[in-house]
Amino acid sequence: MAVITCGCTLLVLAPLFFVLVFLVGTGWSALNWDFFTRLPGAAGETGGGMTNAIAGTLLLISLAGVVGIPIGVLGGTFLAEYPAARLSQVTRFAADVMNGIPSIVMGLFAYVLIVLPMRHFSALAGGVALGVMLIPTVMRTTEEIVRLVPHSVREASLALGIPQWKTTLRVVIPTAAAGIVTGIMVGLARIAGETAPLLFTAFGNRFWNWNVLRPTAALPLQIFAYAISPFDDWHRQAWAGALTLVSIVLMVNIVARYAASRQVKSR
Amino acid sequence: MIATRPAPGPVEEPSARTGDRQFRVLLATMAAAVPVVIGAILVALISAAWPAIHRFGAHFFVTSTWDPVAGTFGVLPFIYGTLVSSALALLLAIPLGLGVAIFLSELTPGWLRTPVGFFVELLAAIPSVVIGLWGIFVLVPWVRTTLEPVLKSALGFLPLFSGPPLGIGMLAAGLILSVMVVPFIVAVSTEVMRAVPSGQREAARALGATGWETTRTAVLPYARSGIIGAIFLALARALGETMAVTMVIGNVPQIKASLFAPAYTIPAVIANEFTEATDDLYVAALIYAGLVLFIVTVAVNALARLLVNRAARGPSVIRE
Repeated sequence: MAVITCGCTLLVLAPLFFVLVFLVGTGWSALNWDFFTRLPGAAGETGGGMTNAIAGTLLLISLAGVVGIPIGVLGGTFLAEYPAARLSQVTRFAADVMNGIPSIVMGLFAYVLIVLPMRHFSALAGGVALGVMLIPTVMRTTEEIVRLVPHSVREASLALGIPQWKTTLRVVIPTAAAGIVTGIMVGLARIAGETAPLLFTAFGNRFWNWNVLRPTAALPLQIFAYAISPFDDWHRQAWAGALTLVSIVLMVNIVARYAASRQVKSR
Repeated sequence: MIATRPAPGPVEEPSARTGDRQFRVLLATMAAAVPVVIGAILVALISAAWPAIHRFGAHFFVTSTWDPVAGTFGVLPFIYGTLVSSALALLLAIPLGLGVAIFLSELTPGWLRTPVGFFVELLAAIPSVVIGLWGIFVLVPWVRTTLEPVLKSALGFLPLFSGPPLGIGMLAAGLILSVMVVPFIVAVSTEVMRAVPSGQREAARALGATGWETTRTAVLPYARSGIIGAIFLALARALGETMAVTMVIGNVPQIKASLFAPAYTIPAVIANEFTEATDDLYVAALIYAGLVLFIVTVAVNALARLLVNRAARGPSVIRE
């Protein structure tokens, strides 16, 4: 049995290994200064970069954070501070279900909610689609972390005559802050790689854009567009983009994981 | 004198209580956002899909013609593609994922458990467009030149493995989906298997069971409902996975017995055709397809969560 299950493990981890090997092998040689500093070249032309797509992804993630972080952190605090409330039970279950809603459906939702009334694609719509996806992740991690705050800390504050709301806001949340930030980082890293919800919301853009009401480029969209294009140079750049994206995502995950294990140890 | 002096507590209390109440309402509003958003998605999709729902009704699911020019829309080939590619993915991911879960929960020494679990999580963290990129340039050529010819020469008499080896198609989609859903099976199954009380294992051991017999008779039956939940979670992921599938399945709306043939899934057709959909009925038909996907994945996820939560809470309630 040990041999079989060990074989299963190796087989499951093999794709991770192969993806990373190809990513580094192919992407590394395609990465250069131009990639980070230049706009995309014309179709079929060699050269150009993804600088606007990297900026677009940062813009989209910021918008998503504005939508998702307050709702996620405050909602998660509610789940932790009033665990037995009927609303908590419903929300906890709903958040788990929401986590599994396909990302393309979130794109449709943002399309109906924002693109249809505005009559054009926009960074705002993409940011809202990603922000909604961020909510359940942030909410559940916040809940877990806030729950870890010892009751004695709350009681000490309440005993000093500080009202409950101030205790939560000024004592409980700051105590849990490091863990909450870790959860937010992991959530942001997850949505940074999402492509499907952006296809018909942020839409993509070949030029610079900082206006949230206009369509914007995004790293995953650019990777997708280049991957299915017929040009070798674009394929090369798709690998470079993928390497950039995966480096960021994996780095955040590893750092967050390390930080989380440190926090658990220090308690 | 003493009676007239107000006690400090009751004077402050009303304002503190108001603050507490307002704060609780604020937090509750944020927490309520999640169920509200799920409801809002349902309402938004139904209203935007209404022209197509009104026009095609239930015929939408049994019609296999998808012709935007003629204005005829039926999602049967997409439903077929979604279900078969997901089934294929589960067929591969279930045994592998359970193997890993048994390895992690029953056999692994502690020092190895954390890194292996971490690597499996990393696999889930890789964006699907990157997996798709790898699929196009590495997996599909391998399927075309190696896997499909081998399957064809060994099992070519089956309609399942007939036709030219194209690389892109149902088989490639199933393979790539299995890579993407296996982390979910591993993570949840490991969790529910580790929640099995060690007394169960010790009892089996005391009766002379070997390691495998212990797992099979004491651990797996106990964790069964959680494992089924894990499989449903993975199924929901597979049904809704978009980018990687779009990039390797070939995107042809057809129903073919052969796994070598190109196919199409509901998420893939939405991803590919939504921005090109010119008339309102076309858009409504695509949103109708999205609505179906939403309802199915929510139902599958809810079922999965019920099973997993029950298994994690206390296995004693699921004993036969």
